[in-house]
Amino acid sequence: MAALEEGFTLTAVPLGSGPDGPLGVEQSDKTDQFLVTDSGRTVILYKVSDQKPLGSWSVKQGQIITCPAVCNFQTGEYIVVHDNKVLRIWNNEDVNLDKVFKATLSAEVYRIHSIQGTEPLVLFKEGAIRGLEALLAEPQQKIETVISDEEVIKWTKFFMVFRHPVLIFITEKHGNYFAYVQKFNSRILSKYTLLLGQEEKSVTQSFSTSVHRKFISLMSLSSDGCVYETLIPIHPSDPEKNQRVVRSLLLKSVVSGNARSGVALTILDQDHVAVLGPPLSASKECLSIWNTKFQTLQTSKELPQGTSGQLWYHGENLFMLHGKFLTVIPYKCEVSSLAGALGKLKHSQDPDIHAMTHFVNWETSQGYELGSQNSEQSKRILRRRKIEVSVQPEVPPSTQLLAAVQKDSEKHIEVELRKFLAVQRTPDFHTIIGDVVIGLLGRYKAEPSFYPRNCLMQLIQTRVLSYSLCPGLMEFALEKTDVQILQLCLQQFPDIPESVTCACLKIFLSIGDDSLQETDINMESVSDYTATIQDGEIEEQTEILQNGFNPEEDNCENCAQELIEKPQAATEESTSCPVTGKRAALLNAILHSAYSETFLLPHLKDIPAQHITLFLQYLYFLYLKCSENATMTLPGIHPPTLNQIMDWICLLLDANFTVVVMIPEAKRLLLSLYKFVKSQISICSELNKIEVSFRELQKLNQEKTNRELYSIEVLELF
Amino acid sequence: MGEFKVHRVRFFNYIPSGIRCVAYNNQTNRLAVSRTDGTVEIYNLSANYFQEKFFPGHESRATEALCWANGQRLFSAGLNGEIIEYDLQALNIKYAVDAFGGPIWSMAASPNGSQLLVGCEDGSVKLFQITPDKIQFERNFDRQKSRILSLSWHPAGTHIAAGSIDYISVFDVKSGSAIHKMLVDRQYMGVSKRKCIIWGVAFLSDGTVISVDSAGKVQFWDSATGTLVKNHLIANTDVQSIAISDQEDSFVVGTAEGTVFHFQLVSVTSNSSEKQWVRTKPFQHHTHDVRAVAHSPIALISGGTDTHLVIRPLMEKVEVKNYDAALRKITFPHRRLVSCAKKKQLLLFQFAHHLELWRLGSTVATGKNGDTLPLSKNADHLLHLKTKGPENIICSCISPCGSWIAYSTASRFFLYRLNYEHDNINLQRVSKMPAFLRSALQILFSEDSTKLFVASNQGSVHVIRLLEGSFKHLHTFQPQSGTVESMCLLAVSPDGNWLAASGTSAGVHVYNVKQLKLHCTVPAYNFPVTALAIAPNTNNLVIAHSDQQVFEYSIPDKQYTQWSRTIQKQGFHHLWLQRDTPITHISFHPKRPMHILLHDAYMFCIIDKSLPLPNDKTLLYNPLPPTNESDIIRRRTAHAFKISKKYKPLLFMDLLDERTLVAVERPLDDIIAQLPPPIKKKKFGT
Repeated sequence: MAALEEGFTLTAVPLGSGPDGPLGVEQSDKTDQFLVTDSGRTVILYKVSDQKPLGSWSVKQGQIITCPAVCNFQTGEYIVVHDNKVLRIWNNEDVNLDKVFKATLSAEVYRIHSIQGTEPLVLFKEGAIRGLEALLAEPQQKIETVISDEEVIKWTKFFMVFRHPVLIFITEKHGNYFAYVQKFNSRILSKYTLLLGQEEKSVTQSFSTSVHRKFISLMSLSSDGCVYETLIPIHPSDPEKNQRVVRSLLLKSVVSGNARSGVALTILDQDHVAVLGPPLSASKECLSIWNTKFQTLQTSKELPQGTSGQLWYHGENLFMLHGKFLTVIPYKCEVSSLAGALGKLKHSQDPDIHAMTHFVNWETSQGYELGSQNSEQSKRILRRRKIEVSVQPEVPPSTQLLAAVQKDSEKHIEVELRKFLAVQRTPDFHTIIGDVVIGLLGRYKAEPSFYPRNCLMQLIQTRVLSYSLCPGLMEFALEKTDVQILQLCLQQFPDIPESVTCACLKIFLSIGDDSLQETDINMESVSDYTATIQDGEIEEQTEILQNGFNPEEDNCENCAQELIEKPQAATEESTSCPVTGKRAALLNAILHSAYSETFLLPHLKDIPAQHITLFLQYLYFLYLKCSENATMTLPGIHPPTLNQIMDWICLLLDANFTVVVMIPEAKRLLLSLYKFVKSQISICSELNKIEVSFRELQKLNQEKTNRELYSIEVLELF
Repeated sequence: MGEFKVHRVRFFNYIPSGIRCVAYNNQTNRLAVSRTDGTVEIYNLSANYFQEKFFPGHESRATEALCWANGQRLFSAGLNGEIIEYDLQALNIKYAVDAFGGPIWSMAASPNGSQLLVGCEDGSVKLFQITPDKIQFERNFDRQKSRILSLSWHPAGTHIAAGSIDYISVFDVKSGSAIHKMLVDRQYMGVSKRKCIIWGVAFLSDGTVISVDSAGKVQFWDSATGTLVKNHLIANTDVQSIAISDQEDSFVVGTAEGTVFHFQLVSVTSNSSEKQWVRTKPFQHHTHDVRAVAHSPIALISGGTDTHLVIRPLMEKVEVKNYDAALRKITFPHRRLVSCAKKKQLLLFQFAHHLELWRLGSTVATGKNGDTLPLSKNADHLLHLKTKGPENIICSCISPCGSWIAYSTASRFFLYRLNYEHDNINLQRVSKMPAFLRSALQILFSEDSTKLFVASNQGSVHVIRLLEGSFKHLHTFQPQSGTVESMCLLAVSPDGNWLAASGTSAGVHVYNVKQLKLHCTVPAYNFPVTALAIAPNTNNLVIAHSDQQVFEYSIPDKQYTQWSRTIQKQGFHHLWLQRDTPITHISFHPKRPMHILLHDAYMFCIIDKSLPLPNDKTLLYNPLPPTNESDIIRRRTAHAFKISKKYKPLLFMDLLDERTLVAVERPLDDIIAQLPPPIKKKKFGT
């Protein structure tokens, strides 16, 4: 999503005397440093992030700079032209421009262009172009005239196309516009006539270009307020001939049609352009970012003090004149997804919303011409995908993803997957996800070194998977003893067979604490109650004696007494959780899972006795924790409920009673459970007695109000 | 708004009869429902599920099968061995044809609508040709050894499947011979039952036959080879009904436990074309046997012994939130079964085969809101009037003075004169009814009880003057030429000058009773009229439609009133429009001309036309009495709709006088208590 950040003024003092703002803003060889050329006599080097000037150079009184200063990236020197013909070259150490290298040329210079990776170029007003080295070797050489009389250069740009420098300049003659494209690998100058189309009267006010595969996309902002795009081929079929290119409407009414000045356009990236100008005829001037792919306004910023109709864009910064001051507005464009462009949350985790929202897949419907790539992605992927798209433009993303699963690297699958998840919500989404998982597992079986753990985690968290969609997944995780995936599966899948649940339980109980320590487990369901960790069995023989509680005592008179003592005992015991926090989180996932007793019981019998005891102790501990508060709930975000705890205690005892009875360390646990059940029964019987009397009362009450076949009542309507 | 004494009546012991068959008509989006007493009802699913027509039942005519043919024609067949066609315009039985095969258990119309098939007790399957005005016997298929309980056509019309006891037969229609006999396993969970009854079959276009049977199975057969393909055991009890969607991608079955299961054809894996029938959703909206199911494009419809008609929308098929998206449970008829003699405080209750007359009690006490007052006199059951003959009562009415009772069956019209002598009642039948008064769809007495208006099923309305113990035919308002639609609703103005009559679809006709001619016709509206009434003094006709719109039409001015225009412009409150039962009665306050009282099954409402209308932001239901609010706030929040949901389900409500209301309630619990006990399902224990 494109966003404009808070801008700041670069110059504390108003820029020179020039009526039209600065001549230009150019990048220097160091990042974050820019050369600002005043329309008067001064060149200033700014460090943008510090918002302060690093150096300033001026020409003599009477001289005037006619071309913005640039940096020669090959040598680190700065080049400027004053009085149209005098070239000056200097570097950071120089103080006085009068004393630096000077060359007087034979013709008037229009611009000097310099970009990274090639030597600077000099464009003369007559349209001739010279490399700087060649020019300096013979400054007084004859400069030919390329463009006709009365033709005036309006705008120019220099860029690299496939490592070859290309210079484009636009000329105007009697309202007709011409584009010249000079390529330096072939030394061919091609001329194009720009046809305006229907809107004959409009005057083009600002240009910007970008390279788009085999075309130079020339965007122009017309005086009718619309942005037009002209595609100029980089490799023309017949370079010698004067060709005509037609422009097409790209964006409508981005600025007010009758704005006379202060209108500018620059291309930011493939999908975004920045437009400077008043959006409505009466309104203040604005800087706005438009998405050309979706034709939407992404963001805008008002410039109440007016601007000069100049806009530069260098390395994530937009430069413009705001009032009297040069202002920098940093511009960010994060990966834009379709969902983002439509204003939807990209990763909304609510499954209900997924079921309802179906986006139109604009990527496939628009074709690849307008770009199906999300900007700011890694370039490598962009290129790879471009090729894929160009070979087989019809392939749906799901097939692409499935193909990637079969052969690509893990890293790459992850990227593809993320892309797929961000955009796709088709009706068959869950089956595709299931297929991807099956594909991943199939590949793992074929090549065991391939372990796409992150992908699997991401897929499980889509919340659309179920056990039956990818039957191999949990077996795979069991085999790998990957408790984290198992926990996720237990939390997300609605249909895990009881045998698998039980296998998970076995692993959770038997896995070593040290290996648990390393894993990253979601501890959401476990709150502070397991903060103090104690391993193994509970050794509270002494505590029991302290409480005056004798496990040998088994008669009912003690029930009442024990009930009174219970809270105290509970607080004593609650200090020690029999398992570590991580193990508790895993066990809680088991407690939350759905099961059917009939199918679970046979599997529970296979668990070793000491593990059963441990699990029982943990459950008993949870129960004591529950009974600490009145609502009988555990603290935390998603804790096991009392019913789940009780059901599991019963299940474990049902399955393993004969074994548990024989284990000496479980004896105490069984005794306390027995006591507890006994007290519960007595409470219930008391409650039953009360309930009967209440029901009688209720019946009396109901008969009075309801059961009568006929009554006369008073009703007041308000 | 005021304080009322409400006579809360719960002694109307009305039990709707159980639903036996449902038949959905895709072309007109109508649903035909037959009940165990032989009544057939037509619901218009497009008009907010309004029960727009009904055909009264008959003691000897138990319908076992119901089907639509040719889009518009409705047939039923039953245990008396007759096939009946209904006249949907005149609302009577067109003809009955004996099939001569003993009781008929099943019936199916061919996919092209030209043939009708019935399955009989003697094991015969008979084919009838449907001619434009009758049906004609064509031939018999190979006779089977036991009764044919279910029938289904192959969509191409070449084969049929017939479910019998213990087996399913597949017939070739051309030759009429059975080409396969598929035996159904009698075993049920290891225990051999005596018999396995095939309650329903469905023939799919790919040759699959789906059967449901008394052993709780849903089975898929291959009709080409006669083999069992798949078996779903879904219940411990009978699966009694099946209905399949037109696309053949989903079907619905109903069980004796009251559960309805939805089956869908879904692909096995994502990319394969292989599809499988999967039991997807169970619904438990019934307590008793689901005897009949239907599958409309957007909903599953079920009905059974517990008398509810349940329409459960398939949410994935419903695109917008409207009436179709809500679960419907229709229990009570959408017409009035109670009439009231206001002056004498008498209530007349209409049952299928008898009428009951009750006198309301009285009290001398007063009280505040919510009080139940002590009775000084209890309600009296004055009269129990049994009909003669096997036919059900269509309609009944008591005159406002209480001295006349009239009712009608499908073939006879009865008029009685009542004389009250202290506690004794003297009932005297008025004999020698004229020949034209044979059957009435609606009966109404004028306010002064001197005139009787009878809507007959030929579209005409008769006006009869009542004299002491005799009568005189005054006039018959004939229907507009070219229309044959019957009038179902009547309303007369209190001054006796105007009579409004409405059919199911065309507009409301207003007749001038003094001049005995048609005065005007209210423009037709898309939705059927559910209730009509003419206000005293102003002679404004208030019309309620099934889409919950209420119009007020000035009869003298022949145009809609200003208030009606205002409310149409502003629109009704969204909660008002979301109610799902139609308004069945409208009445007026004798002293306050601005008030209109209307009610549906779950609320009653007094509209005060002098107050501002509620918009969607205001609270429509304002149940809490303002205890200590100041009058200013009360006035500010007051709007025209005063609604009370205190009495429900409400079958009838009227104003007896300016301070007294009568409300006839029929609690669902009382109905359930009189139904046969449902199948006990074990919930706990081993």
